[in-house]
Amino acid sequence: MNRRDFLTARRKATHRPAPASPHQTARTFSGLTPYSGPFGTEEIVHLLKRTMFGASLDDIAYFRTRTMDQAVDELLNPAGLPAPPVKDYDTTGAAVPDTAVAPGATWVNDYSSDGTIQSRRRASFKKWGIGLMINQDRSIREKMTMFWHNHFATEAAEINDPQVLYKHHSLLRAQSLGNFKALVKSVTLDPGMLRYLNGYLNSKVAPDENYSRELQELFTLGKENNPNYTEDDVMAAARVLTGWRINFATTSTYYDNARHDIANKQFSSFFGNTVITGRTGPTAGDAELDDLLNMIFAKNIEVSQFIVKKIYRWFCYYTIDATAQATVIDPLALLFRNSNWDIKPVISTLLKSDHFFDALNRGCIIKSPIEIAVKLCREYGVVFPDTSTEYVDAYNMFEYIRAQATNLNQNFADPPSVSGWPSYYQEPQFYELWINSDTLPKRNRFTDTMVTTGYTRNGKTIKIDVVAFAKRLPNPADPNVLITDSLAVLYRVPLSQAARDVVKTNILLSGQTQDYYWTNAWNAHLANPTDPMALQTVTTRLRDLYKYFMNLAEYQLA
Amino acid sequence: MKRRDFLRNTIPATILPVIVGGLSVKAYGAESPLVQALMGTTTDTDKVLVLIQLNGGNDGLNMVIPIDIYGNYYNARQNIAIPQNRVLTLNGNDKTGLHPSMTGLQTLYNEGKLAVIQAVGYPSPNFSHFRATDIWMSASDSNKVVNTGWAGRYLGVEYPNFPNGYPNAAVPDPLAIQIGSITSLALQGPSVNMGMSITDPTNFYNLIDGVIDPAPDTPWGKELKYIRLVAQQTQQYAQVIKNAAAAVPTQGAYPSGNDLAAQLKVVARLIKGGLKTRVYMVSTGGFDTHSAQTDTADTTIGNHANLLARVSNAIKAFMDDVKALGVEDRVIGMTFSEFGRRIKSNSSVGTDHGAAAPVFVFGKNVRSGVYGNNPAIAGTVSVNDNIPFQYDFRSIYASILSQWFCVKTTDLETIMFKNFQNIPLCVNGACSTTGLDDVYRNAGDQLIVNYPNPFVESTKITFKTSGGHTLVHIIDTLGRSIKTLADKEYAPGVYNVDFNSYGLPPGVYYARFQNGAIQQVRSMLKVR
Repeated sequence: MNRRDFLTARRKATHRPAPASPHQTARTFSGLTPYSGPFGTEEIVHLLKRTMFGASLDDIAYFRTRTMDQAVDELLNPAGLPAPPVKDYDTTGAAVPDTAVAPGATWVNDYSSDGTIQSRRRASFKKWGIGLMINQDRSIREKMTMFWHNHFATEAAEINDPQVLYKHHSLLRAQSLGNFKALVKSVTLDPGMLRYLNGYLNSKVAPDENYSRELQELFTLGKENNPNYTEDDVMAAARVLTGWRINFATTSTYYDNARHDIANKQFSSFFGNTVITGRTGPTAGDAELDDLLNMIFAKNIEVSQFIVKKIYRWFCYYTIDATAQATVIDPLALLFRNSNWDIKPVISTLLKSDHFFDALNRGCIIKSPIEIAVKLCREYGVVFPDTSTEYVDAYNMFEYIRAQATNLNQNFADPPSVSGWPSYYQEPQFYELWINSDTLPKRNRFTDTMVTTGYTRNGKTIKIDVVAFAKRLPNPADPNVLITDSLAVLYRVPLSQAARDVVKTNILLSGQTQDYYWTNAWNAHLANPTDPMALQTVTTRLRDLYKYFMNLAEYQLA
Repeated sequence: MKRRDFLRNTIPATILPVIVGGLSVKAYGAESPLVQALMGTTTDTDKVLVLIQLNGGNDGLNMVIPIDIYGNYYNARQNIAIPQNRVLTLNGNDKTGLHPSMTGLQTLYNEGKLAVIQAVGYPSPNFSHFRATDIWMSASDSNKVVNTGWAGRYLGVEYPNFPNGYPNAAVPDPLAIQIGSITSLALQGPSVNMGMSITDPTNFYNLIDGVIDPAPDTPWGKELKYIRLVAQQTQQYAQVIKNAAAAVPTQGAYPSGNDLAAQLKVVARLIKGGLKTRVYMVSTGGFDTHSAQTDTADTTIGNHANLLARVSNAIKAFMDDVKALGVEDRVIGMTFSEFGRRIKSNSSVGTDHGAAAPVFVFGKNVRSGVYGNNPAIAGTVSVNDNIPFQYDFRSIYASILSQWFCVKTTDLETIMFKNFQNIPLCVNGACSTTGLDDVYRNAGDQLIVNYPNPFVESTKITFKTSGGHTLVHIIDTLGRSIKTLADKEYAPGVYNVDFNSYGLPPGVYYARFQNGAIQQVRSMLKVR
């Protein structure tokens, strides 16, 4: 069945057929109607690749016994928060070693002003963060945390203090599925953000507009609105936000009324000429902040549209045409407003919609570098050292994966600017910015390495175990089924039968024509798993098979 | 831009290593007489090896036919035997002939451009397509697991830094090119695969012409097109390959409907186009002829005849083309298949998986001739009887590496893991000669005998070595090496070893002698 038949069959008369235009990318007309189509491997993998870092075989199997509604609900209700990062580093070279923290214990409650220690803790934090993605629980939380990290973008190199850094990301994680307005307030008063956008230096004698501007332009309203906030509004909001300070020793924010501008703040007609009454006293800063956020969120169309579009581009696709605007963005924005800025109903409605599962919205996201690196590990089930018993080895491996993503232009916790990664905002290319003449060969080199030699350090190796992966597929003895089942996990777009046949014949059958040659080789290995030659025979072919699949352009799509 | 111009234009005034014909020299700027001299001969002296893989296990006994024991040959496989009067004869050799469909190779032989190496195999042959293919690709012992390829190991020694910093001015081209979608185990180096694949001739031309496969007009199709576009633009060797292909607008005629010819045509074009690429791999399949190997009425036609014609016609067209293109001096090639087939044919008009089979090495600079003897075939053969190997396939690899690519002895051992017999197969004047010129074709010299024969339990084996590494071992009819009697350096002379067969069942055993380029197999019979 070709795509149009598929779409027509499923939607019948409730949707207009796509216009026949060979010169234009096909468009989708589906909206937020709850998806009622099949929920099989295809749909589960689509859902998992978008909401988690890859579709692991375990998770696919798990959700096969769930309905789509159940699956999305489970993904949206994660269990407890993860344990904090631990001391994986030695203290060589530190002027003041953090001797109070035992190796393997967490450092997040121990203040250190030693530059060496801080540097190693920032590294520890980054390894830990990648490790959380690799070992994520069966939920959307890590993907949402990355979404907010990209949205409220900060740079670890600027924040500098590792405890503040940890606190900032923990805030994003803890509130990732909570209330957006509350999240904005938390971020505003977060020491990491105060540090990153100079809020802690913002005082009545020297107002700093940095956070005030980004609060409106990047975090809530966006800059595409017409009319929009004015430069005077930026200055007025900066004055509202004066007086906030950071106590690094306690990793906390406090309010210094002496630094606060107690005069009234006049806003433009965009904000209905609102005047925020100047206050003084210990709660003045907090009260004025609430006024400011109430004023901003009163521009509820702008805020809801801005955030919903960003969510849409994170989970669906970057192109928002008039139809998608009318059938998806507008109703989601309304829902966002009606839910008083609760995030979960918006995500839930989107993920459960016809639109999300529309064939035209599948496979069209180009994996980010972190996704390429982490998804590979999770989907092949790459075995990492245990984070509790072999934490140094585990962190070493997380560091390798982190460095790979950085090499591909995405440095976790250090986005290029407060705008986040350009792939999520830069018209017109968006995700395509991840792929260029430098990064694409590097992506291939990474996947080649992981399937060939792997990475070895301190006697431990992380590597794709191709035989172990194939063994977990339903019927690896049949080369056709093996390829189909492998691609069902690894790819989101079809590979033609002709291409599959070429791959099967050339790789799995070593140029032979009968499928049983592979079957016999596989069964010979199963019958005698310790026989090195039988193992080698299947290992070589599976290695070449998966290497080939990962080298094709199709592998870059999710 | 031609290679010569490329070198001239890109070599800076600073010192830059240039690798020419396997020799590493330091160039002191483009105006250096040394550099000029080297550049003047770069294209002409770069040697190329073309590996032709015949997938499925080629029936060597119907490809290279033992005329001198034709009766036993015929008895062993009456339903598929080639009639003696149809066997193609070879000039100056009345003992051995070719399948009637291989007129092209007959011509090459008679022109002195074809070496036929008899009974190529290895101890304890494996009859599984997969395992045997891996053994040929990896050049491993039968009972060893090696996950690198022999050519990949060679290129890994030559270019240890690959792929970091590649391509570069000194080595601008792919080290190895496989025509096909998959880069094979043979090109797998210690850490990375040393080759690049060009996806079949069709897609290869697509690459050259910059054509991209269609993707649907959907969001994912749009992204796929974009990624493919970047992939095409950034394929690090796309431009040099396009340039090489563009430099050769016309080529000789190749047979149509011949997949091997189509692949070899690409190879010839790239060689002429100036690529420095050392190793090309091509392959063709269908040799697994368990049944219907020949026409039932006429054994000279049918499936296997078509396969051999495909190979012969393709190689002949290729050789004619490289000659016309003026690059004949640079090219040799070899055919191989994962195994030969059984001596005795089956009742399905076919043959089952077997052991040793002949290998062709072709090229203007190949030492033409038939190496070794026709395989011994008993008057009565059983279904398990196999052709014992006379030449280890790794000896051919090693010989080509040392004689064609001038690989040093110590490197050779690194690549091949062991010291293999040196067979004087080809000539590259740039390589230092090792005194092997006239040691082959010791026809008539009896180099290994045993007494008594038949024997009951023990027999004395006498061999005559011309010095150096000498091997005498016993293999059974399944090709298994069951006892090694001599395996060390010897001074020239005559030596005796005893073969005690205690515990072995009665039957046929072969004593195999190997000394430098020479080897012989002595058939022995153990009786009660």
